[in-house]
Amino acid sequence: MANLKTTAKKTKAQSMGLHTEVLTGKTQQKFFNPDEAENFFYWGTHNVDFNKRTELDVMDMDCRQANNKIDELMSEGYGTIVIKNPQGKHSLGVGILNKLNLIFEGSLGYFGVGSIDGPIVTVNGRVGWSCAENMMAGKVVIEKNAGSCFGAAIRGGDLICKGSVGARTGIDQKGGSIIVGGDAGAFTGFMMQRGRIVILGDVGINLGDSMYDGTIYVGGKIGSFGSDAVESPMTKNDIEWLTRKLKVAEIGSNVDLSKMTKVVAGKKLWNYDALEPTERKGAI
Amino acid sequence: MCGIAGLIHRGKSSNVGEELQKMLQALKHRGPDSTGYALYANNDGQNFIMRFKVGENVGEGSTSVNEDENVYNERKKLVNKRLSELGATVVKEEKLTPYSYRYEIKYDKDLMEFSKAIESIESVEILSIGKSLELIKDLGDATTVSERYGLNKVQGTHGIGHARMATESGVDIKSAHPFWGYPFADVSVVHNGQLTNYWNNRRVLENKGMRFMSECDSELIAVFLAEKMRDGATLEEGMKQSLTGLDGVFTYFVATKDSLGMAKDTMAAKPLVLYESDDLVAMGSEEIAIRSILPQEIDTYDPFDGEVKVWQI
Repeated sequence: MANLKTTAKKTKAQSMGLHTEVLTGKTQQKFFNPDEAENFFYWGTHNVDFNKRTELDVMDMDCRQANNKIDELMSEGYGTIVIKNPQGKHSLGVGILNKLNLIFEGSLGYFGVGSIDGPIVTVNGRVGWSCAENMMAGKVVIEKNAGSCFGAAIRGGDLICKGSVGARTGIDQKGGSIIVGGDAGAFTGFMMQRGRIVILGDVGINLGDSMYDGTIYVGGKIGSFGSDAVESPMTKNDIEWLTRKLKVAEIGSNVDLSKMTKVVAGKKLWNYDALEPTERKGAI
Repeated sequence: MCGIAGLIHRGKSSNVGEELQKMLQALKHRGPDSTGYALYANNDGQNFIMRFKVGENVGEGSTSVNEDENVYNERKKLVNKRLSELGATVVKEEKLTPYSYRYEIKYDKDLMEFSKAIESIESVEILSIGKSLELIKDLGDATTVSERYGLNKVQGTHGIGHARMATESGVDIKSAHPFWGYPFADVSVVHNGQLTNYWNNRRVLENKGMRFMSECDSELIAVFLAEKMRDGATLEEGMKQSLTGLDGVFTYFVATKDSLGMAKDTMAAKPLVLYESDDLVAMGSEEIAIRSILPQEIDTYDPFDGEVKVWQI
């Protein structure tokens, strides 16, 4: 059981009644160690061989049937699966927690490849709302456009759309990278908490509204800044990171990165000044 | 959550009844309570088509009061009498269900006075008046309503439709979409979302002589646009004014005799997917609606926040 004790010295936040206790000692929280990656095994995952390839036509399947079939193919060791005729169906390719090369020849509906942790996904068409929502790791590449809430609440991985995306891209983002080759709609980066968003084109109104942390880079025009979103100077590190990421994304080779606009949280909304460094971490 | 769909063929006609039925059926999960169609058919354009109801569908989860069919028949007789008094000539009369009719009429005077006179009869509501507009709405999914009214053979240039999940008002025909843009012939509207300044706008518009038939917030859009056009605005101008005049979240379609438009609120809170080519524009709340008529690989996109678009046939 965690050891709770009252702090001797009160911070401003504590004196305002926001915090009366601090958490010390060991907790039950377990952290992922990259050195032990091979021993880190999810229930329901499969060891697959990228060289073992198959095709799956989901034209006459509903999303549950299609997802069960993908799981069945992974259990047989198939590491490269090509999905034919997705036809805008919702929730395809969700919950895949192992390495996999998943290719959709067509478009996805809502919640495509949501809650994934590890697969490399290519969608040759368009995706609907909330693509890759809650993604933990992996890489997702959308060749055409994407709907709203693209990459909502992702924790990690690279999410790339070569076309344009709708509103609220990266809403509640907690990590990872979202890279968009075209334009983005209103409220991009709304309440984002960590990670980076790159928009090579224009963005709509209220960019970065109420963002806690994280960074947004914009190549084109900005409709307006959201509450507490502020411009910050581009640094050498920013340009190095952008160069590397855009190369991985295979877009934006002709963009002058030094002219991009960098947007970060002004940190005025969340009473940041009143918090100790450790408390700031806990607030995110 | 409701589902909306629309399509417009540019430069040709097609079986819009069947196409819209497929699109709306694909959106059934967004709204199973009622389905409505506004089809712009290849009529001869000589006479007005008036679709009206004299009662409600009391089956299929309806919140309406059951009435005897004799009551409906009596109301229909009163409609005929009122038409005669107005100087309108009924060219063709069709009974579609016990509670709804399609009349072809000759009439060349003011449509607002005409509508007021007809709708002064208890429980009678004009669903639409137009020379090409055929507005059909009833309880049930898209296939059920299409089969009930024989819509799968309707040839035309464009149409909009709605699969409704009742949230703001009852499960009945009067609250179902599309809404006719009273008193303008051939204007119809469907909407997905919620409007939060409905009552404020309604009071203002009623004081200006506009009419509301339901308490469904979506009806406000049709009345709002009609009032703007009555004051001389074009359809597109009226739609742009609606982005600030209407409060809440919305994506809506509006259709006239020769055009189809869409508008999305400034928060882009309601979905819309759009496909546009030289000869066809198709759009719906979800891509599966478009895929139901265009299964081949196509390029689609989401219109941005605050976007208004209008296409001509």
